[in-house]
Amino acid sequence: MSTATIVSDLNRALRECFLADGRVVLWGEDVLSPYGGAFKVTAGISADFPGRVFTTPISEAAIVGMGVGAAMRGLRPVVEIMFGDFLLLAADQLVNHAAKFAGMYNGAVKVPLVVRTPMGGYRGYGPTHSQSLEKHLLGVPGLRVVAVNHFTSPGALLKTAILGGDGPVVFIENKALYSQSVQLGGDGVLEVTELDDESGYPMVRVVNFSKGVKADLTAVSYGGLSLQWEQALRDLAADEIRVELFLPTLLSDLLLAPIAESVSRTGRLLASEEGTRGFSFGSEVVARIAETVGTKQRAKFRQVGAARVVIPSDKSLEREMLPSSHALVTAALEMIEL
Amino acid sequence: MLSSDQAIEFYRQMLLIRRFEETAMELFKKGVLNGTVHTCIGQECCSVGVINALNRQRDVVFSNHRGHGHFLALNDNLEGLMAELMGRATGVCGGIGGSQHLHQGNFYSNGIQGGIVPVATGMALAEKHLRTGAMCVVFLGDGTMGEGVVYESFNLAATWQIPILFVIENNRYAQTTPVELTHCGALANRPRAFGIETICASGFDVEEVYARATELVQRVRSGQPGCLHLDTYRLAAHSKGDDTRDPAEIAAYWQKDPLKAFGASVSATARDAVKRQVETRMQEAVASCLQGKSQDFARYRERMGDREFART
Repeated sequence: MSTATIVSDLNRALRECFLADGRVVLWGEDVLSPYGGAFKVTAGISADFPGRVFTTPISEAAIVGMGVGAAMRGLRPVVEIMFGDFLLLAADQLVNHAAKFAGMYNGAVKVPLVVRTPMGGYRGYGPTHSQSLEKHLLGVPGLRVVAVNHFTSPGALLKTAILGGDGPVVFIENKALYSQSVQLGGDGVLEVTELDDESGYPMVRVVNFSKGVKADLTAVSYGGLSLQWEQALRDLAADEIRVELFLPTLLSDLLLAPIAESVSRTGRLLASEEGTRGFSFGSEVVARIAETVGTKQRAKFRQVGAARVVIPSDKSLEREMLPSSHALVTAALEMIEL
Repeated sequence: MLSSDQAIEFYRQMLLIRRFEETAMELFKKGVLNGTVHTCIGQECCSVGVINALNRQRDVVFSNHRGHGHFLALNDNLEGLMAELMGRATGVCGGIGGSQHLHQGNFYSNGIQGGIVPVATGMALAEKHLRTGAMCVVFLGDGTMGEGVVYESFNLAATWQIPILFVIENNRYAQTTPVELTHCGALANRPRAFGIETICASGFDVEEVYARATELVQRVRSGQPGCLHLDTYRLAAHSKGDDTRDPAEIAAYWQKDPLKAFGASVSATARDAVKRQVETRMQEAVASCLQGKSQDFARYRERMGDREFART
């Protein structure tokens, strides 16, 4: 079932948060109407909610730092970092302030701050406007990292982050996803379900086979790579390769049990991500599953990610550098054939 | 002009800070304190003069690595601070924060130079947005003026008319480095470049600090940021015992010891009474802390939501 686009779903959710809670405020670069942010997620919000949306100078550290202070005083700030690459300018605010306060003040402080930012490539923006840098923020105690994909409503995730959160959330959107439709429930080939836990950030499960059939391969990925995976799952279905794909949305606190259970059935785990390979989400998933499943049975592991080079601006080189649906299909086939 | 009662109270706060810092250094030498400690001996007028110009019930104070004086001037919680430095469960942050990472009531500090300045600015923005009438104060040092985020905060405070008072305690040294080797021009001209009303005062004179801070607080409450630049001097080492400054220079500044100078304006009887009271509190606090315990780590971990292996 196709519904809204990712960007309109996010915009709708933001509006609902502004309506639901007067404590919600927003600031970032170029977020005012009529522009509404570089990727239009905040379109119309400043016009409809005067006095609650502020345009900032190009000061990422202050954008995030002021969000921290406002959150500690009872507001629910949502701040936008125009490109995820610029998040590094606010890294100290995220790691040494937003994430640290609750713990170092012994639990006496809450920082309900949401930092939204688009990551990712496939658009030719080159070395400093195309990266997927969230891996550098995974594993920071006290910091939640959430990533949207196109098989679950990104707006629902954003509402959880803004209204339901009690700590800082880095909310990763994906530039290639914005114009895509949200695909809920699946179709004749793909079946989409959501595995929910108390976190409010469901893990999406997508399979390319019908009930009662045994899966050949367990795959794990997240974020905008859901697009490449959709194509790969369709291609693999045509080859009768049955894949059980998990797409966590809460990257910083993985729900591993369903993945481990799947790997114990398939004996194969393919971990993939858009970011550069290694020291990453994929390597963490492989390590953690190996620690549990790998002690009980033999299993094959494989990772797919971007090449470990700077992202080229040239279209054909960028395509070679970033993971493609073809690379996912090839890795899956090799795991099954070898 | 301070009333006689006010003068006694200011003296009490300054002495409390001084004795706390001296005691902390002694305990450190004895191996009772873990880690490190940055004392503000010689800078007591800055915290006492500024913080007494605030409304303690609603205004918020942000501080830095050298923050014991600010904390005590605001909260007067010698016992909770001592317990925190000793890592006890009864410390204001349960022994997690330690000397540089303090929070109690309207007080917050962090050990990252300049990092808390935008946080203070954002909280002041929230106070404005919520129309509470409260303001924020953030203490910076001359060394902090090397951090870019300070200027991002100056710019936003002035552009958005945020009720915040920046206090620059210029003690002339960033750890061992004299300010002249690392900073050009007058530091006070930096906030001025953003249109922030900036007043310079002597950090050796608590009455002057209090008077200038009171003026600026009034201005900040009307909705404009302000800055107070204080000339001061750290009479003790940066931390523990690391001091590379010229001993003759330090000795000359001891001649200007603000505690001694201001103490002379208080009657000997009042001074003695204050000394006895501070001494008793200090001894009781140390004795009680020496008996204290650390908090339970497993419970801390659980409270902080470290569920890593619980979900697998």
